[in-house]
Amino acid sequence: MAQVTLRKVVKKYDEVLAVRGIDLDIMDKEFVVLVGPSGCGKSTTLRMIAGLEEITDGDIAIGGDVVNDVPPKDRDIAMVFQNYALYPHMNVYENMSFGLKLKRTPKDIIDQRVRQAAQILDITELLDRKPKQLSGGQRQRVAMGRAIVRDPKVFLFDEPLSNLDAKLRVQMRTEIKKVHQKVRTTTVYVTHDQIEAMTLADRVVVMNGGNIEQVGPPNELYHSPKTKFVAGFIGSPAMNMVPCQLEASGDALKVRLSDTLSLAVPASRTARYRPHVGKPGLLFGLRPEHLTETRPHLEADMQTFDVKLDVTEPMGMETLVYFAINGIDICGRVNPNAGARESQTMKLCADMANMHLIDDKTEQVL
Amino acid sequence: MADTALRVSAASSADKRSGLQKLMQRKSTIAFLMTLPLIVLIFTLVAYPAGYALYLAMLNKAMTKFVWFKNFDFLFSRDTFWMVVWQSCLFAISAVVFKAFIGFVVAHLVNNIPGKKQRKWRGMLLVPWVIPAAMSTLSWLWLFDSSYSAFNWLLEPLGIGPIPWLGETGWARFCVILVNVWIGAPFFMIMYLAALKSVPEQLHEAAEIDGASWWQRIWYINLPMMRNIIAITALFSTILTFANFDIVRVLTRGDPLNTTHLFATWAFRLGIESGDIPLGAAVSLFMVPILAVGATIILRDINKRGSEV
Repeated sequence: MAQVTLRKVVKKYDEVLAVRGIDLDIMDKEFVVLVGPSGCGKSTTLRMIAGLEEITDGDIAIGGDVVNDVPPKDRDIAMVFQNYALYPHMNVYENMSFGLKLKRTPKDIIDQRVRQAAQILDITELLDRKPKQLSGGQRQRVAMGRAIVRDPKVFLFDEPLSNLDAKLRVQMRTEIKKVHQKVRTTTVYVTHDQIEAMTLADRVVVMNGGNIEQVGPPNELYHSPKTKFVAGFIGSPAMNMVPCQLEASGDALKVRLSDTLSLAVPASRTARYRPHVGKPGLLFGLRPEHLTETRPHLEADMQTFDVKLDVTEPMGMETLVYFAINGIDICGRVNPNAGARESQTMKLCADMANMHLIDDKTEQVL
Repeated sequence: MADTALRVSAASSADKRSGLQKLMQRKSTIAFLMTLPLIVLIFTLVAYPAGYALYLAMLNKAMTKFVWFKNFDFLFSRDTFWMVVWQSCLFAISAVVFKAFIGFVVAHLVNNIPGKKQRKWRGMLLVPWVIPAAMSTLSWLWLFDSSYSAFNWLLEPLGIGPIPWLGETGWARFCVILVNVWIGAPFFMIMYLAALKSVPEQLHEAAEIDGASWWQRIWYINLPMMRNIIAITALFSTILTFANFDIVRVLTRGDPLNTTHLFATWAFRLGIESGDIPLGAAVSLFMVPILAVGATIILRDINKRGSEV
């Protein structure tokens, strides 16, 4: 049993509030990813769980015991660092067995565990090498091996893939997921890469400015963001957001994006949005994949309109098209065969069933 | 005829000139010329004195006759020579061990002082090393003075002493080593502090999470990471300590009864004060093989490890 619980945790550096009283419950065996832009407090939060930073206020509990004043060595955690932090004077075997050696574990058990972990990570043939002789990906595996060998209550990952090149990063991402499936240990993972967060996590914690914006499974965050920040941060290319006005025409509602363009709100949302009719400072949000080329058979909530394309970016499996509404760049994703051409007019189709309405003042999704 | 001869000689001189030009443009010539100042410097300051010392050591006392190795024979037969060998080793090894130990401990203490205060402490702790040794040793001489020793004055109320600091073999050796440690420890401190700062903080964090206590982090992380610096500093200091002159010269002049002499001070006593320059040269030459062996061992070890880490 190793839940990790944070209660009103605050971290202050002199007068700067890095973490502003966050609450978080991480279940046993769960893979939780803390994600956010740099300086949002995610690494500080991880280091506080590790015990490398003292907490200014609040409580952190691991496995039910409050560990505020427990030093890192007694917290039974393992951490993988961004630059691996392997001991340069020890070979891979010594690096991996160091923690067990300090605990005075019998030699045969150390050997068994190191070889088992090496097998899981496929680094058995590297055991005699020094870290200097390893590539970045191999070093990362050794750093993970060092964590696995200890069989801790909690794994902590601090941006472990950001020093690797793009291809290796994708490969190691899958590797980490596989390892977690084999070694089911509670894991807290910090990254600034939202794709890493989406692909790895059971639950994603989006942080911003020392606060938690939203916690939830990747799909929930993607499809039902609660705040403007989450809506904009999760997803690539980012969600389109255009200032709009909500207008009523009889029973139906319409979002007006410009003098010439207004789109009807689906009937299922009218009750939810009706109180906001006429409110100033509203944003209309729609992800690029919900803005596609028009099709012969449109579903009920799909609406078409003509736009003049500024830029097209063929990606192979799809083509990104850019156009502007009232000077704001909008991105859509169309089929590469749909015939999108720069500086030409194209009929696009908006899937209004997936629209979002955001209050720009409170930054809440309505 | 004369005209042709003239032309031929002009042509040959032009040939020579272009040959010289070619020679000057060759890379190896340029490289040689650029290293020439260093070669001259090393020759005049190292090779010539060393050769001259070797030559001197093989003359008779009056420096009129070449006696080959008779001076060395004579030294080997004297008890004082073997005493000086033993004293030099004792002095160098014990002083370096204490300097290294104190330097290591103080470097860790200073490293734990936060921010600006650290700079102040670093500066203050360097003072003994910065003051000219002959001058600071003079103050120590007064502190150890047989009649007015400040230490004895402090110890008297406790019922201890008076201690003959410089008058008794054991105490005199202790004092010489103590002053050397006092002067030399800051150098170790500053070298170790630099080495400590080059140990990445994340290694400590990783070790802390791996369950290492403060002591284990020093033993398993700092010490191995600092090994090269420790070895180099120790080697450097051993050579300087072994060849020390000023402290012994000012503090004891090798007394009582030659029991605090080092090679350098004994060579001075024999060569300059007793007027036997060849014998003094012979004594000072003995430092060379002993230091060469030490230097070779340590440097080889560093090369080996340098390729590992």
